[in-house]
Amino acid sequence: MLAAMPPSPTADLTGLSDVTASESSLTRFLHGLPGVDQVGAEARAASLATRSIKTTAKAQALDLAITMVDLTTLEGQDTPGKVRALAAKAMRPDPADPTCPAAAAVCVYPDMVATAKEVLGDSGVHVAAVATAFPSGRAAMDIKLADTRDAVEAGADEIDMVIDRGAFLSGRYLQVFEEIVAVREACARPGSEDAHLKVIFETGELQTYDNVRRVSWLAMLAGAHFIKTSTGKVQPAATLPVTLVMLEAVRDFRAATGQMVGVKPAGGIRTSKDAIKYLVMVNEVAGGDWLDPDWFRFGASTLLNDLLMQRTKLTTGRYSGPDYFTLD
Amino acid sequence: MGIDLTYAPAPESRSIVDLKASYGLFIDGAFVDGHGSGFKTISPATEEVLAEVAEADAADVDAAVKAARRAYSRVWSRMPGSERAKYLYRIARIIQERGRELAVLETLDNGKPIKESRDVDIPVVAAHFFYYAGWADKLGHAGYGEDPQPLGVAGQIIPWNFPLLMLAWKIAPALACGNTVVLKPAETTPLTALLFAEICQQADLPPGVVNIVTGAGETGEALVAHPDIDKVAFTGSTAVGKAIARSIAGTDKKATLELGGKAANIVFDDAPLDQAVEGIVNGIFFNQGHVCCAGSRLLVQESIADDLLERLKRRMSTLRLGDPLDKNTDIGAINSAEQLARIRELSEIGESEGAERWSPACELPSQGFWFPPTLFTGVTQAHRIAREEVFGPVLSVLTFRTPSEAIEKANNTPYGLSAGVWTEKGSRILHVAGALKAGVVWANTFNKFDPTSPFGGFKESGYGREGGRQGLAAYLKTEQGGR
Repeated sequence: MLAAMPPSPTADLTGLSDVTASESSLTRFLHGLPGVDQVGAEARAASLATRSIKTTAKAQALDLAITMVDLTTLEGQDTPGKVRALAAKAMRPDPADPTCPAAAAVCVYPDMVATAKEVLGDSGVHVAAVATAFPSGRAAMDIKLADTRDAVEAGADEIDMVIDRGAFLSGRYLQVFEEIVAVREACARPGSEDAHLKVIFETGELQTYDNVRRVSWLAMLAGAHFIKTSTGKVQPAATLPVTLVMLEAVRDFRAATGQMVGVKPAGGIRTSKDAIKYLVMVNEVAGGDWLDPDWFRFGASTLLNDLLMQRTKLTTGRYSGPDYFTLD
Repeated sequence: MGIDLTYAPAPESRSIVDLKASYGLFIDGAFVDGHGSGFKTISPATEEVLAEVAEADAADVDAAVKAARRAYSRVWSRMPGSERAKYLYRIARIIQERGRELAVLETLDNGKPIKESRDVDIPVVAAHFFYYAGWADKLGHAGYGEDPQPLGVAGQIIPWNFPLLMLAWKIAPALACGNTVVLKPAETTPLTALLFAEICQQADLPPGVVNIVTGAGETGEALVAHPDIDKVAFTGSTAVGKAIARSIAGTDKKATLELGGKAANIVFDDAPLDQAVEGIVNGIFFNQGHVCCAGSRLLVQESIADDLLERLKRRMSTLRLGDPLDKNTDIGAINSAEQLARIRELSEIGESEGAERWSPACELPSQGFWFPPTLFTGVTQAHRIAREEVFGPVLSVLTFRTPSEAIEKANNTPYGLSAGVWTEKGSRILHVAGALKAGVVWANTFNKFDPTSPFGGFKESGYGREGGRQGLAAYLKTEQGGR
């Protein structure tokens, strides 16, 4: 279902290749990016959230949002049974309606990848695995890489890594850069398609929009396919203004290098209304090219059922209760 | 790759508004016929006639001033401030309760997008009444003496760009201070003022405290010339403001004049660029640029000019122009054929003087008055579009090299109403703001209005302040109050 992602950005970043040559050049570059005015960014996000998406546009947006969901379960209590159920749900979110599209992926811990893959097979629904000592990222580098390779070997199509926020906040940007590059290499699958890399920032811990913009560029320079807001384990998780700043970053990165990078807000997006606000923002900030599961995802669990309920409401004219949709 | 997400029409229903076929004058608490010939008010988006409106002649104006004088001396000036406050709070609450009705009517009559009338105009109107209601019993603590006295009867003339908001700016402080008023709304946008008159009735405001006389220039002249008014408050063009100042010279009438502007929006190379782009767009395209404090001159530091203009053009391409009642419309209709002609004329002059004109691809409706968001590059201080107030969605882009050049260019205008400064450097904000000859300077934002903040101009932008504690001075007997 999902088109193969294009070749990854490599060192051929015209004019930007020197940037990552040293700690000081990288720092200079990241600190030279235009600042983000907090009040202005939040006002812009709030203003986009007032768009009124109705009737045909709403139907289009709901279906698109369903195809962008990374259906997620990241719990200590996860079992193979739970993961199998979730995978089935991702393939056929609404068993009563064959026109309902599938979700983009199932997102699980590395030890559940094989189970998920077994169910999903070549359905087109991807398996995404969180790796690199998710969610804190507090482990030795070789353990993070082993964690990644483990998930890749088990068949993960996508790796959602976390950055070392401590290193970022203490200004060791090159260390963060090199970790991303190393994990990217660990995503390689000789003889088969490499796993794609999503880089999680945990923006709730980075706190400022200036940091969000800097870390976005840092991850894109290091070869991230996707940049992702949060683990879902820290509050606040995804917010509209944080996603706005990240969308501006991928837009500007494409203008500078020609490379597209995807964006994934994760955590806290629970309603169709919220999801549509994000899609409007994608549309008006990054542009319609990003309105595609290859370039925009929602990391969510409860969102999917709300999308399904709204979808049913739109087609039948009636609201049905949560009992009419499967929990997983 | 990607999809084209087309927003379906999302029109706000106009059924909430009970449009009458004709409206009278509001004098002494009742609607009465005018003696003038009457006029039609239309929707500028469709040219549909909305209603017939009475026209006040000199006799009607006289009746209104007499009613205001009676209400002043018998009721309002004697009423304790705490009692006046109750009426103002009541009006504020009714405005909130009838907010959607007021917003739809404002959009119909003015042409501005519903999202602006709904999210800006009407909420700020209510906020003004709440704010000045709070002052009514605290005037002795405002810094104008222990027991400052009202002026008497105020004649107030307001423009068409923010019909109800300008009414609120005029009426709320006047009433809070104990004055009574005769207000003339603009001839193209009288309807929300007349709905406000109904709200005064609904609030049981004593008859004569607020009088609304509709009409054009002659009605305004009769009001200004009336011998029994104590105060003229005017918002509008500099030309009319000067005529008013001349006509009241030698009388005891006090005046506050809020006139034109040609604000500079200054973007330094260390500005937060994406937010600066939003501020530029909000500064000049908000309300179709029909804003006296619009940021109509963009002064951008040369080192970032290309990057900023590219971002600005990309952003302008996402602006949605069309049906003002559609909740997704960003740019509504130009208020009148006359204003549209003025904008076209100045834009053509801009081109013929050698500036480069650019607008995003933008389909204009066939009915009504429309002008696309437009920017001119290659503009110099000598161009007429950099000197004259266009009062439309037209931005002139100029560049500068150093802070002192920016300040010099920003101040090199006969106007002095507002300005904007964009930089992440706090010390530069303070330095530049202090050096700009403008009544309002916004830092890293633009076109923000709050009842607590005084607003008014330098030079040809007028005198007196509206809003805040300072706005009380315009309606009290005080050395600082008006001229």
